[in-house]
Amino acid sequence: MSNTLIEVKGLYKLFGSNPKAHMPLVHQGLGKDEILAQTGHTLGLKDINLSIKEGDISVIMGLSGSGKSTLIRHFNRLIEPTEGQILVGGTDVMSLAEKDLEQFRRHRMSMVFQRFGLLPHRTVLDNVSFGLTIQGIKKKEANERAIEWLETVGLGGYENQYPAQLSGGQQQRVGLARALATNADILLMDEAFSALDPLIRSEMQDQLVELQEKLQKTIIFITHDLDEALRLGNNIAILKDGELVQDDKPEEILLNPATDYVEAFVRDVNRARALTVETVMQPQEFRITATTIEEALKQMRAHKDDYAYHVTDDGYQGMLSQESLEEYYQEDKTAKLTEEHYEDLEPIAPDAALEEILPETLASDYPVPVVDEEGEFMGSLSRDALAEVLSPEASSEEANTDKSAPSEEGSETPAEKDESKVKQPTTSA
Amino acid sequence: MADASWLTSFPQLSRMELLTIRKTLDGAYKAFSREYGDAIESIFHPILAFLVWFEKLLINTPWPIIILVIGAIVYFASRSWKLLTGVVIALLLVGFFGMWEDTMSTLSMITVCTLISIVLGIPIGIGMARSDRFQKVMMPILDVMQTMPAFVYLIPVVMLLGIGKIPGLISVVIYAIPPVIRLTNLGIRLVDSEVLEAATAFGANGRQRLFNVQIPLAMPNIMAGINQTIMMALAMVVVASMIGVKGLGQPVLKSIQNQYFTLGLFNGLAIVALAIIFDRVSQAYAKRSQKHMKGAHS
Ligand SMILES: Nc1ncnc2c1ncn2[C@@H]1O[C@H](COP(=O)(O)OP(=O)(O)OP(=O)(O)O)[C@@H](O)[C@H]1O
Ligand SMILES: [Mg+2]
Repeated sequence: MSNTLIEVKGLYKLFGSNPKAHMPLVHQGLGKDEILAQTGHTLGLKDINLSIKEGDISVIMGLSGSGKSTLIRHFNRLIEPTEGQILVGGTDVMSLAEKDLEQFRRHRMSMVFQRFGLLPHRTVLDNVSFGLTIQGIKKKEANERAIEWLETVGLGGYENQYPAQLSGGQQQRVGLARALATNADILLMDEAFSALDPLIRSEMQDQLVELQEKLQKTIIFITHDLDEALRLGNNIAILKDGELVQDDKPEEILLNPATDYVEAFVRDVNRARALTVETVMQPQEFRITATTIEEALKQMRAHKDDYAYHVTDDGYQGMLSQESLEEYYQEDKTAKLTEEHYEDLEPIAPDAALEEILPETLASDYPVPVVDEEGEFMGSLSRDALAEVLSPEASSEEANTDKSAPSEEGSETPAEKDESKVKQPTTSA
Repeated sequence: MADASWLTSFPQLSRMELLTIRKTLDGAYKAFSREYGDAIESIFHPILAFLVWFEKLLINTPWPIIILVIGAIVYFASRSWKLLTGVVIALLLVGFFGMWEDTMSTLSMITVCTLISIVLGIPIGIGMARSDRFQKVMMPILDVMQTMPAFVYLIPVVMLLGIGKIPGLISVVIYAIPPVIRLTNLGIRLVDSEVLEAATAFGANGRQRLFNVQIPLAMPNIMAGINQTIMMALAMVVVASMIGVKGLGQPVLKSIQNQYFTLGLFNGLAIVALAIIFDRVSQAYAKRSQKHMKGAHS
C-alpha cells in the first residue's frame, strides 16, 4: 500500500471579521446556519480530518457551498485556517514563513482552476512557462520545457496563440500543461473540468487518467459530479456544509452510503457502469481440486451447493454441477476430469464493468466464475447478487422507510440535477 | 420669544474674527513661503530644466521633421493611415494659421505634465489598490483636487513659487492627475481574482504578481485613465496661461481681454486639434495592444 502524503488534522475555517472569538461556539457543535445567525460568521470547514495517499487521485465532492474550494485552498495556503494542521510529507504547511511558502508553492504543489486562470495578455507558451519563469528559470529553458508539455497535452503548434483564441477545452489543457510543467508532485484541481461540455469533459478525464498512469502524481480533484468522481477517484471524500460526511473507496460510497445526503448523491448513478465485477462478487472458499470424476463427486457431495468450480495448480479449469457429475459417474467413475465435463459457462474478468457482463450473468442458472488475466480463480457472481446491487431500492430501503425522507430528499438533490435543469434552456436557445 | 434674530440671520463670526483668521493663515503661509520658497523651487529645478529644454527642442527643430516624427509615432501607435493623414493635415493647418510655435509650447507642456502624472499617479493608484486605509485617505483628497476651482489652488502655488512654468505645471498636474490614480486603483481591484490566485498558487511573490498580473490586466483601465488625464491637462492649459505658461492659452486669454473673437477661435481650435490627436492616438494604441485579451469571437 502506498504511503500517506498529505494529512489534514482538525481543520476549521470560520469566515468573518473576528473568527477566533467565535470558535467556542463552533466547538459547542452549533450548525452553519446558527453560527451565521448568531455571529455573522460563515462556517467554511468544520473539523476536517483527512489523509491523502501518495500516487492516488483523491476526489473531494459536495454541493455548491459545501466548502470544497475552501478546503483545497488550504493545501497550498491560499486560505489561512482558523484552527488545525496540514502536513505535507511531514512538513506543517502552516508553519512555513513567507519565503518558504513561496518555494513550497513553486516546487511541491501546482493547481488547475475551474475558470482556467490563464493570463489573457500572454501567449499559450508564456502561460505554460509561467510557473517556471516564476521560479527564475531562464526564458529559453522554460520555453523548451513548456513546449514539451504542450505537446504532451496535445496542443503542439498552439504556442503563439492567446488564450482567448482557444476553446474552453483547449484552454484547460493549457492550464493542465502549466500545472504539470513545474514538476510538482502534488496537483490540485478545483472543478477543473466543470466548465467544459460533456464530450470534452470525458475526453479530459481520459487524458488525466492516462497522464496519471505515466506520471504518478498525487492528485486532489474537486468535483460536484459523482460520475466524474467515480471515474477518476481512488478515494472519494464527501463534504456537506463544511463537514466531512464520508471518506471511502468509490464502491463503498455507492454500496454503503453513510447518510441520506450521500444516498441522495448516489441514487442516480448508473451503477452498472460505475461498479466493476470485483466490487460485488462473492469470494469462493470451496473449490474442487480432484482429478477424477469419482473424487470430484465425493468433494461435491460433502459440499452444501450442487455446483462447484474446478481449480488446479494451473488455475481455473471450469464449472461442475452435481447433477451431471452423477451421470458421468454412472458412465465411468475413474475417468479424468476434462473439458467435456464442464458446464457451458464463460468466466468473467474482475475489472469488467457490470454493464458488460450483465446479459450472460442474468441468463446463467449458476453464479458466474470470476477469473483474472492470469487464470486465477477469484470468486463468483450470482444473478441475485447482481440484481440486488443494480436495483436502486435495495440500498435506499433505509431511507425510504423513513417517513420524512421524501421531502428531505427533494431538498438534497445533488447539484448536477439542478444544473441540468438550468442548462437545458440555454443549450436549446 | 423676544430674541429670535438668530433664526433670520445666520449666527456668523464677526467681521473682525474672520479677518483675524484670514490674516493669521495668510501670514503664516507667507512666512512659510519666504522661508522655504527657494528650497522648494530648487527641488523643481531639474523638471524646469527639462521642460525648457524640451520646449526649445520642439520649437527649434524644423517643422517638417517635427511633423515627420509625430507622424511616425501616430502610425506606430495606431497602424492607421486614416488617422495619420488626419493628424498631418491638422498640424499643417495649425502652422499655416501661424500658431506653430504656441502649439509646440503647449505640446511640450502637456507631454511633461502627462509624464509626471503617470509617474506619480500609477504608484499612488497601486498603493490605493493594496491598502483599503490608504484608499480611504486618498479618496477625499482626489475629490477636492477635482472639484476645487483651479484658481483657488493657483493662489498658494503662485505665492510659493511666483509666476512661471513650474507653478503652471504643478497646477496642471494637480488638476489632471486624479483620473489616472482612480482608474489605476479601480483597474487593479477589478483584476480577475482567479488569475491572481493562480499566480499566487504558482509561488509568485508580491512583486511578480504586480508586474506579471495586476498591472497588465489593469492596463485597459490605466490607459483610459491616462487618456482622461491628457484631456484634462489640455483643458487646464488656458487657466495655466494666466500664471505665465506660454502656449496656446495665452492668445486665448488675450482675446478674452480684448474681445478678439477670431483669434480666440483659432487658438481654441488648435487646442481641440491637439486634444483629438492625443485622444485618438492613445485610444488606438490601447485598443491595438489589448486586442488579444478579447479573443477572436468578440
Ligand atoms: N472569502 C469568504 N468570505 C466569507 N465566506 C466565504 C468566503 N469564501 C467562501 N465562503 C463561504 O464558505 C462556504 C463554502 O464555500 P466554497 O467556495 O468553499 O464552496 P464550494 O463547495 O467550493 O462551492 P462551489 O461548488 O459553488 O464552488 C460558502 O458558504 C461560502 O459562502
Ligand atoms: Mg468551489
